[in-house]
Amino acid sequence: MTEHTDKHYELQLRNLKETILKMGGLIEEMITCSVKVLTERNSRLHEELTIKEKEVNSLEMEIDEKCLEMLALRQPAASDLRFICIGLKISKDLERIGDLAVNISQQAMELNKEPQLKPYIDLPLMATKSQKMVKEALDSFVHRDAQRAKSICEMDDEVDDLNEKIFDELVSFMQKSSDAVSRGTRLIACSKHLERVADHATNIAEQVIFMVQGQDIRHGR
Amino acid sequence: MNKAEVKKLSFYYSSVQALKDISLPIEEKKVTAVIGPSGCGKSTLLRCFNRMHDLYPGNRYDGEILLHPDSINLVGAHIDPIEIRMRIGMVFQKPNPFPKSIYENVVYGLKVRGIKKKRLIDEKCEKSLRDAALWEEVKDRLHKPAFNLSGGQQQRLCIARALATEPEILLFDEPTSALDPIATARVEELIEELKEKVTIVIVTHNMQQAARISDSTAFLYMGELIEFGKTKQLFTNPREKKTEDYITGRFG
Repeated sequence: MTEHTDKHYELQLRNLKETILKMGGLIEEMITCSVKVLTERNSRLHEELTIKEKEVNSLEMEIDEKCLEMLALRQPAASDLRFICIGLKISKDLERIGDLAVNISQQAMELNKEPQLKPYIDLPLMATKSQKMVKEALDSFVHRDAQRAKSICEMDDEVDDLNEKIFDELVSFMQKSSDAVSRGTRLIACSKHLERVADHATNIAEQVIFMVQGQDIRHGR
Repeated sequence: MNKAEVKKLSFYYSSVQALKDISLPIEEKKVTAVIGPSGCGKSTLLRCFNRMHDLYPGNRYDGEILLHPDSINLVGAHIDPIEIRMRIGMVFQKPNPFPKSIYENVVYGLKVRGIKKKRLIDEKCEKSLRDAALWEEVKDRLHKPAFNLSGGQQQRLCIARALATEPEILLFDEPTSALDPIATARVEELIEELKEKVTIVIVTHNMQQAARISDSTAFLYMGELIEFGKTKQLFTNPREKKTEDYITGRFG
């Protein structure tokens, strides 16, 4: 894209993009961490996660401040306006993903205190897919690639199906044995959190489509 | 419904072509903004509407500007510019009141038209000043010199003067560029109110102003119409890259 005549403005926009990407990078690490706490039963990683969460929270505020400043002082239009507006939304989605990663880790910490209920097969698969969706959403944002963003929205259905499958499986486990109820409920919560991560990745992808094409595809529009 | 239609309009300052084959509709009782960088032809386009270019020899129009409902071609050679200027008013960049009283400024156009009834003239004077949101500020000093007014008041006086003859279209050429932000806001508010009564075409360098007050926007570049559309669409998601580059400040 052609650069802005005002170099300072150009720099401000680039800086905003870099901050969003920095936050995105941290979020990817947080998901990896939380999944490891669960699947590798590595509770020590939880502390690392809480440190990252604080950093993510402060980045969210930094992004909001940068966006508001540019809206007030630059009166952006067209693609700049869309970029800044989605900056505000993406930071919110990323922050929520960070919270969900912490939630997964908290559940996993409790699960790790007891023997593993069953071998985890679909849950790591779901984690990989959700993680991939977040990564792809951020990549489509960097490359302004609406096509790539659209494929993310399609992946969300696969994650939803896995969530359903895990839920049914765990319910039948719990029906067979009351010992399984506590761990089963926690695993269902983890699965639900991963499903929500995928939803937020979908939100980001939808925002990217809006940024690139100016077309709002949310809610089947 | 369209109040006017620009059709394949080209304009030449002698041998220099300033407008190239421009076509766009002017919607009735709406505000149409014309934006573009310096020298793109936006003021030239505006001045075609009331034939201001006729003042200089060698200038030439091609194409049409049809004024509805009678569909007369405003740039047609056989059309009398004086006749046109009675139907199309204009407000300029700098306030330009006559060196007369406030009252005389407003009623000037009426007197030129031979209206003599004082009561009618007084009524029209008050109505025009009210419509221009100036009445309350000047009603007690109507016969004082117009030059005593502030810049913003003088500009609203010029709007009142243009309104007195009840034009069908009102042309604004950078009407607030010489005004402070408060006076600008008052003129913008006024334009918003005036569109209930009159069709407005405004040329402005201030893109935020175009975005705030217009319904449709035309973007001109080097004498060509690059894009015309609803203001909301043009400022959030323009179709043309040149428009995008201009409104986001990526030009040159």
